[in-house]
Amino acid sequence: MHSSGQTLNGSEIFFECLRRENVEYIFGYPGGSLLKVYETLYDIKDIKHILVRHEQGATHMAEGYARATGKPGVVLVTSGPGATNTVTGIANAYMDSSPMVVFTGQVPSSLIGNDAFQEADIVGITRPITKHNFLVKDVKELALTIRKAFFLASNGRPGPVLIDMPKDILNASCTFHWPETVEIRGFKPTITCHINQVEKAAHKIAKAKRPLLYIGGGVISAEASEELRTFAIQQNIPVTMTLQGLGAFPGNHPLSMGMLGMHGTYWSNQAVNACDVLIAVGARFDDRVTGKIETFAPNAFIIHNDIDPTNVDKNIKVDLPIVGDAKDFLAKLLEETPETVENRDSWLADIQSWRELCPLTYNKEDGALRTEYVIDEVSKQTEGNAVVVTDVGQHQMWTSQYYTFRNPRSIITSGGLGTMGFGLPAAIGAAFGISDRPVILFSGDGGIMMNIQEIVTAVHYKTPIKIFLINNSFLGMVRQWQELFHKEKYSFTDLGESNPDFVKVAEAFRCKAILADTPESAKAAIKEALAYNEGPVFVDFRVMKKDMVFPMVPAGGSISDMLLARLNPKTMV
Amino acid sequence: MKHIISVLVENKFGTLNRVATMFSARGFNLASISIGETEDPEISRMTIVTFADDQIISQVIKQLNRLIDTIKVTDLTKQPHVERELLLMTMKLTKTQQHEIFELINVFKGKVVDIKQKSITIEVIGSPDKINTTIDIFKPYGIKELARSGAVAIHRGE
Repeated sequence: MHSSGQTLNGSEIFFECLRRENVEYIFGYPGGSLLKVYETLYDIKDIKHILVRHEQGATHMAEGYARATGKPGVVLVTSGPGATNTVTGIANAYMDSSPMVVFTGQVPSSLIGNDAFQEADIVGITRPITKHNFLVKDVKELALTIRKAFFLASNGRPGPVLIDMPKDILNASCTFHWPETVEIRGFKPTITCHINQVEKAAHKIAKAKRPLLYIGGGVISAEASEELRTFAIQQNIPVTMTLQGLGAFPGNHPLSMGMLGMHGTYWSNQAVNACDVLIAVGARFDDRVTGKIETFAPNAFIIHNDIDPTNVDKNIKVDLPIVGDAKDFLAKLLEETPETVENRDSWLADIQSWRELCPLTYNKEDGALRTEYVIDEVSKQTEGNAVVVTDVGQHQMWTSQYYTFRNPRSIITSGGLGTMGFGLPAAIGAAFGISDRPVILFSGDGGIMMNIQEIVTAVHYKTPIKIFLINNSFLGMVRQWQELFHKEKYSFTDLGESNPDFVKVAEAFRCKAILADTPESAKAAIKEALAYNEGPVFVDFRVMKKDMVFPMVPAGGSISDMLLARLNPKTMV
Repeated sequence: MKHIISVLVENKFGTLNRVATMFSARGFNLASISIGETEDPEISRMTIVTFADDQIISQVIKQLNRLIDTIKVTDLTKQPHVERELLLMTMKLTKTQQHEIFELINVFKGKVVDIKQKSITIEVIGSPDKINTTIDIFKPYGIKELARSGAVAIHRGE
C-alpha cells in the first residue's frame, strides 16, 4: 500500500486507487496499451485479476458480480478491439442500472486521432451507453478521475462509467494524492423524498380499497427489501414485481403475486387492471410491463417513486411523482401511513379467485421433459435460496414464473437490453461475489453459444456454478412468436441440426457434464449438480422442442387481455 | 411549441457531443444549438432551441439535467429574456439592384461587412423570426451564401 505524497507511475496509481475503493476482483484481458498495468499487476496479491476469454465476458462478469453484491464491478481491457468488445456489456449495465467501472487502455496521447494501431474512440462510442465517461489527459488527474468514476457508478441511479487511459499516462509519474472527498457540481441526485409528497401518498393508500405495490429493481439496488416487506405486510397490500424486482419481496409469502407484464401472472395483470391505487417503487413502466399504455391501470391513482426523475412521466403520466431513494420512500411511507388498515379482504379474495382461475401450470403427465419442470425442481431443491442467473428468452420467462425467489439479489438477468450471451459470464461473476448460496445459470442453446468460451474461465478458477442448459434445439422465444404471429414460418430459428453435442463441448473444456432427457434423469442431475462444488458443472437438459411460455400479452396488447394457452390462442380472457 | 433552453455546462471537450447525442438518441427535435464560454472560463453556456409539447419539454429538461456535465438548465421561454441570432449573408450585387439592397439593409438595421465589384456581404442581428424575414426578403436579389449562428439567449436583468 502506497501513501499520499509518494511519487508513483500511472499504473501504480491505478492499483492504489482500486485498493482504496475496496476492489476485490478485476475482470480483464491484457493487451498492448496495458502492458505497464499488467507489469505492475504481476506483483499485486490483494486485488485478484480474473482472466476472461473475451472482453464481453469480462463486462457481464463484472455486472454479475455487481448485481450479486451491490458493489461496482470492475473491467480492465486494452484499446481498440478490447474496448469495442465491451460495448454490449456496457449497454446492458446501462439499461439495467448496474454499477460498473470499465477501464480501457488507449493508444499514447500523441497518437490519438491518427488511426493508430488498435485505436478506437471508445469515449465517443460509449457516450450514449454510459452514465458518464472520461479520457484521462494527465497522470495528475488519474486518481481524482477514478474516485469520481466509482462515486458516479454507485450513487444515485447506479450505472456504468468508463475511463479511457492512454498508454503514456500509465507510464508517466507524479505525486500520488488520494482525494478523500469528491464533489461533482453537475451531479446532485435526489435521495431524500419530499415529505409532503409522501404524506399525500400515505393519505391515498390509507383510503385505498384495492391498492397494489408494483416493485422494480430500484428496491433491490436501494437495499430496501426489509422496508418493503414491513410496509406491505403491515398494510396488507399485495406485491407484484418486475423481472428485476423479483426477490425484493419473498415469493413464498401470500401477498406475493409474482411478476407482472408480458409473461407475468394472470392475477398480477388482472390486479393492475382493477386496482384503485398503484404504488410503483423503483420501477420505470417499461413497455414489457405496461403493454398498451392507454389501458394500463385504468382505474388507479398512480404513485411513482424513482430515484431518476427522467423515469417519472416518461412512459406514463402519473398522479403523484415522488423522486428519491426507494429505501427512504418506503421507510417514510411506513411512518406516515396509519396502522389501522382499511378492510382489504374482498380485494385479496378477488386476487385469489384470479389465481385459481388461471394458475401457472404445465403438463406433468406425458413423461416429456419440460423447462417448467426443470426450473420448478431447481426451485424446490434449492428452497428458493439460490442466486439464479439467466440468459434471454423462453427459459428466462419460465424462470420468472417457476423459480420462487425468496431473497433480494437472487435473480441476475438481462432485462432492459435482452442480451443473449449474458448469462454464463454473469453467473461466473456472481459466484466470485457470493459464496454462501449456490449460483445457478439457466441458459438456452442459442444464448450459451454467444459466450461459451467463458467455461474456460469457470474451469480455471474452479467457479462452482451450475450451468443448466435448457436445450430445445430452437431459438425458442423467436420460434414462439413465429408460431403465434408469423404464420408458423420458422425462419432461421431451428438450431437442431447444427447444434454441437453440448456434453462433449463442456467435457472438452474439462468441465463436468451430465445429460438429462427425462424428468427422472433431470431430477437426479439437478441433485448431483447441486452437490458438486469442485468447479463448474454443466447439465444438458434436452427439453421438448415446441413448448411455449404462457400466459402472454401479445405485443402492444392490453395486459388484461392475456393469451392463456396455445390450443386456443384466440381465447382472450 | 418553440422553447429556448439555456444550459450551463462544464467547459470540457465532448460536452456539446453529449448534449447532441442525447437529443438524437431520445428522438428530440433540435432546431438550433449554440455554445460559448461564459464569464467563468470553466463554464460554457448553451442555448438550445427546440420544438416540442409540454410533456416532451419536461423530459428534455430532465434528460439535460441528468448529464453529469450539466450544471444548470433553464427554460427561458416563459421568462423575460432576450434572444438574438446573427446572420451573415453574401448576395449578388448589380447596378440595377444596388439601391434597393442598400435601402433594405437599412430597414433591417443590417451592416455591410464586405463589398466587392459583384457581391456584398452583410450582417443582421435579431430574433430568429427577424432573421427568417430578412432571408425571405433578400431571396429575390440572389443570395450566394448565408450562415446563421443559431439563437443565443439570456435572462433580462432586474
